[in-house]
Amino acid sequence: MTRDPRSLGAAQVALIAAALAFIGLFLVLPLIAVFTQALAKGFGPYFAALAAPDALSAIRLTLLVAAISVPLNIVFGIAAAWAIAKFDFPGKSLLVTFIDLPFSVSPVVAGLIYVLLFGAQGWLGPWLMDHGIRIIFAVPGIVLATIFVTFPFVARELIPLMSEQGRDDEEASLSLGASGFQTFIRVTLPNIRWGLLYGVLLCNARAMGEFGAVSVVSGHLRGITNTMPLHVEILYNEYNFVAAFAVASLLALLALVTLVLKSIVEWRFDYQCRSAGH
Amino acid sequence: MEIALSSPLQMPAARFRAANPPAGRERRGRRPAIPGFGLTMGFTLVWLSLVVLIPLSAVFIRAAGMGWHDFVAVGFAPRALAAYKVSFGTAFAASLVNGVFGLLAAWVLVRYPFPGKRIVNALVDLPFALPTAVAGIALTAIYAPNGWIGQFLAPLGIAAAYTPLGISIALVFIGLPFVVRSVEPVLEDLSVELEEAALSLGARPWQVFLRVILPAILPALLTGFALAFARGVGEYGSVIFIAGNMPFKSEIAPLLIVTRLEQYDYAGATAIATVMLVASFAMLLAINLVQALSRRRVNG
Repeated sequence: MTRDPRSLGAAQVALIAAALAFIGLFLVLPLIAVFTQALAKGFGPYFAALAAPDALSAIRLTLLVAAISVPLNIVFGIAAAWAIAKFDFPGKSLLVTFIDLPFSVSPVVAGLIYVLLFGAQGWLGPWLMDHGIRIIFAVPGIVLATIFVTFPFVARELIPLMSEQGRDDEEASLSLGASGFQTFIRVTLPNIRWGLLYGVLLCNARAMGEFGAVSVVSGHLRGITNTMPLHVEILYNEYNFVAAFAVASLLALLALVTLVLKSIVEWRFDYQCRSAGH
Repeated sequence: MEIALSSPLQMPAARFRAANPPAGRERRGRRPAIPGFGLTMGFTLVWLSLVVLIPLSAVFIRAAGMGWHDFVAVGFAPRALAAYKVSFGTAFAASLVNGVFGLLAAWVLVRYPFPGKRIVNALVDLPFALPTAVAGIALTAIYAPNGWIGQFLAPLGIAAAYTPLGISIALVFIGLPFVVRSVEPVLEDLSVELEEAALSLGARPWQVFLRVILPAILPALLTGFALAFARGVGEYGSVIFIAGNMPFKSEIAPLLIVTRLEQYDYAGATAIATVMLVASFAMLLAINLVQALSRRRVNG
């Protein structure tokens, strides 16, 4: 049995080949398919599809939804992690389980719950209608559904990280006369920056790419309540494959950028851990 | 109180430490001098209730208002039962595939050096980053009868797209990182010396795998399996394009909820959603139990 990493045996090479074949088949091939299909008729139709007014308004809406839901999740994630990680109180595990709930709820059910609350037949539906407020089949519903499905991302990243870091740094800072706010900005935030960024990256990817939950509350009004993933579906169902894959390719690019940034953050965090002597 | 929360969505180094908590760190009973508990806790509880807990309870209150008889008649109607069967069956099959190949991928990534490893490692998280609708139309294009792979399957009489097989293929894509990222930190912590000792004592490689490696990673593997399964059962975006969506054959439960909603059948949608919510909460409980049991075993 040799342990020299450069001389792998036949069995090991076979295992690597099998794993790579599986990853190639299930992960790489779909990615290639998106770009090939998008460019199937050349760059002209590709860019024409992206410049279509409906596509542009879908892009704008997706950016708007992410721009509202991600910062809200950052605020919630930091607040929840601060309360849970820095203090001891009964029921902590239960609270964490509740924060985790949206991960185990089907996106469709996530959309449904807001329809039951705010829809025309929902509890608050008649009242909202009387006051001229639209939530379902409008942008507020899309934002709500997106916040629900991305709810745990930032908190889930920060809670274990801040629990592990403990409160020694903060206590030292406070005993030296810093205020609570200064301590948070100067001590806690630098400590959690990589974890926070990692959570934000995943949260943003999901916020821009959410389909099921948004589909239920959006009403699919072209140019008004259509996000990019919903626009992909509409184009696809109209057999407008080049345009569907063109818009999809933008989302695939977003995914690739997310993966690259994520790898950089992972690498920086490893470096920070090692240089801190953990 | 120790809350070691390993999650596939955590950064690798953080995930590793959450899965392998440092043994017995003493914390003295000092009063925390840190401010902000009331503010952050209050905000957390209010926001959590407004966004998650109250809306979720709306489903259960609506379902309770239906009465047991009506609830069963709608929630367990033949078409609903068929949809549960498709959703749970295809998710189970996909999680089994991911259990095997996810473990293989994790093993290869942890143990063997090969060119391009960092890229492969980053790609494993693609399903977390790629919107489900994009994955759905891409997989459909590949497995359709005239697609890159579908054209080779069609002569063999295998229809992948628009059948339950296609649903499973989409769910394999969605679930893979859950298994890989759950197993990885435990594999990293596994001592190579133990395997070498077993080998030098005459054990065969498959014996080492079954007797030494598998018992150590089983809780993590089960967690990954359960997470992939839970995600697969509720998955919608990647599935509906490839599924064909034939009632009783390839119609998943989330799609049936959408169909009921489009018919303004709120009661039907609510009943099916309630059954699915109860199922996912049961799975969440099972995952937490597996993690708690494995932690107790690790900590002695």
